[in-house]
Amino acid sequence: MIISKKKPIEDIIEALEGETKVFIVGCGECATVTQTGGEKEVAEMKTLLEDVGKEVVAVEVAAAGCQELDLKRILRKNKEATEAADVFLVLSCGAGTQAMRAATNKRVVPGTDSLFLGNVQRAMDFVQKCSLCGECVLDEFGAICPVTRCAKGLLNGPCGGMSHGKCEVDADLDCAWVLIHEQLKREAREDKRSRIHPPKDWSAVDRARRDATRGKKAGDE
Amino acid sequence: MPPKGTDVGTMLQHIEMLKDKVHGLNVTDNHSAIMRMGSLVVCGEIARRGGDPIFQATCRDRNRLALQSDLLSADFLGIEAVLCLTGDHPLVGDHKEAKPVFDFDSVHLIQCCNKMNDGFDWAGNTMNGATGFYIGAVVTPEADPLEPQLYKFARKVEAGAHFFQTQAVYDMNNFERFMERAREITSGTEVKVMAGIVVLTSLGMAHYMNRSVPGIMVPQVLIDELAGVPKEEALHKGIEIAARHIRFCKDNAVCDGVHIMAIGKEEVIPEILEMAGLDVLS
Repeated sequence: MIISKKKPIEDIIEALEGETKVFIVGCGECATVTQTGGEKEVAEMKTLLEDVGKEVVAVEVAAAGCQELDLKRILRKNKEATEAADVFLVLSCGAGTQAMRAATNKRVVPGTDSLFLGNVQRAMDFVQKCSLCGECVLDEFGAICPVTRCAKGLLNGPCGGMSHGKCEVDADLDCAWVLIHEQLKREAREDKRSRIHPPKDWSAVDRARRDATRGKKAGDE
Repeated sequence: MPPKGTDVGTMLQHIEMLKDKVHGLNVTDNHSAIMRMGSLVVCGEIARRGGDPIFQATCRDRNRLALQSDLLSADFLGIEAVLCLTGDHPLVGDHKEAKPVFDFDSVHLIQCCNKMNDGFDWAGNTMNGATGFYIGAVVTPEADPLEPQLYKFARKVEAGAHFFQTQAVYDMNNFERFMERAREITSGTEVKVMAGIVVLTSLGMAHYMNRSVPGIMVPQVLIDELAGVPKEEALHKGIEIAARHIRFCKDNAVCDGVHIMAIGKEEVIPEILEMAGLDVLS
């Protein structure tokens, strides 16, 4: 799940200054789970904006905010509102806001901050375990990601800042490397505990982007 | 520790006072993620003045390009000893919004120094001239849990570290036990381990270290010793303890040397050396 949080309403109102007719679009996937852009949140936003004198020309919750073709279909379905709108307020994630950009040339404003790819531990309890680094090495580390869960992203940890099994940066955070060693010990993988891991190939992050767009560069429509 | 600013007076005094009395002078690199003058240039100055600098280089602020660049610069300045560290995270320092780099970790930095000593850069390109670094790293004998730290130590030995400076140790019995395991890991190599001796300057400092500094454990018996003297004599007691520990390590051949840290009180180091019987540079 892409975890997002609501932008402060004052910031949104400031961003919408000078615009009267607002088309609100939410997202039925991640933003619904994170309670930032689902049916309830877009309805609340409509009320908040009307309270400050905006005219909400339409409210839609896309099945998935990042589906560019579907957003184009939604705009076609709401032809009059689309034409009347001064600005689109997107309650989704950064991908959803930019999917709206692909669907319209009018002004588009984000209503949320995109935070991280989150594991859902329980309702509204999210934690980042994967940072989409493009070259998954979880097999080396007992399926515990040091890139993400080690504050320093160390591939040969722990560091000297580890204190009683906790992270230098946050005493509530387990040191990922202590967890990794515990897991590899359970799996009896001495080799993985001893091996020196080479540094991350940061060009792999770009390479993954290129692969996913089937040979095109990022940004091509 | 270089200054936070351009006023190098006190630092230069310490360098002059110590350079002929010790085998090496460590210069920290934005220690505790607090911005200070760079280690590279200060080490260069120590070398210029005839001292033996140990260039502490962390992976926090520079990517592999900048690190290699600085290593070549270090060679140019006559620096031989490089201490390879991961580095404290920016969030514990005074520029918390800074972007942490950590492109390399300390193990990679050790490997990189070795590659450069062989005449190659990290990417495998042949260099115009090789370095001749004496490569150092750190280890934390009081890490809790200890096992992951031992695996990390083993990786650093495999990566080709020549010497180690330990995090501060205060419990000599624990340290002896740690060194037994360390010697198993370094067996068959020429790797040297220097005990980290941090001078306790007050009872408050001892409590602070136990509470807030990872991997340091000041045992109750030392706390009692410090508490047993009046406040104004605490520093002298701390010096006595440091000297005693150094003597212990030397007399029992526990390790290969000591790294004395008297942060902010560098002027007491000659006294410690004398009390420990290490006055003459041999």
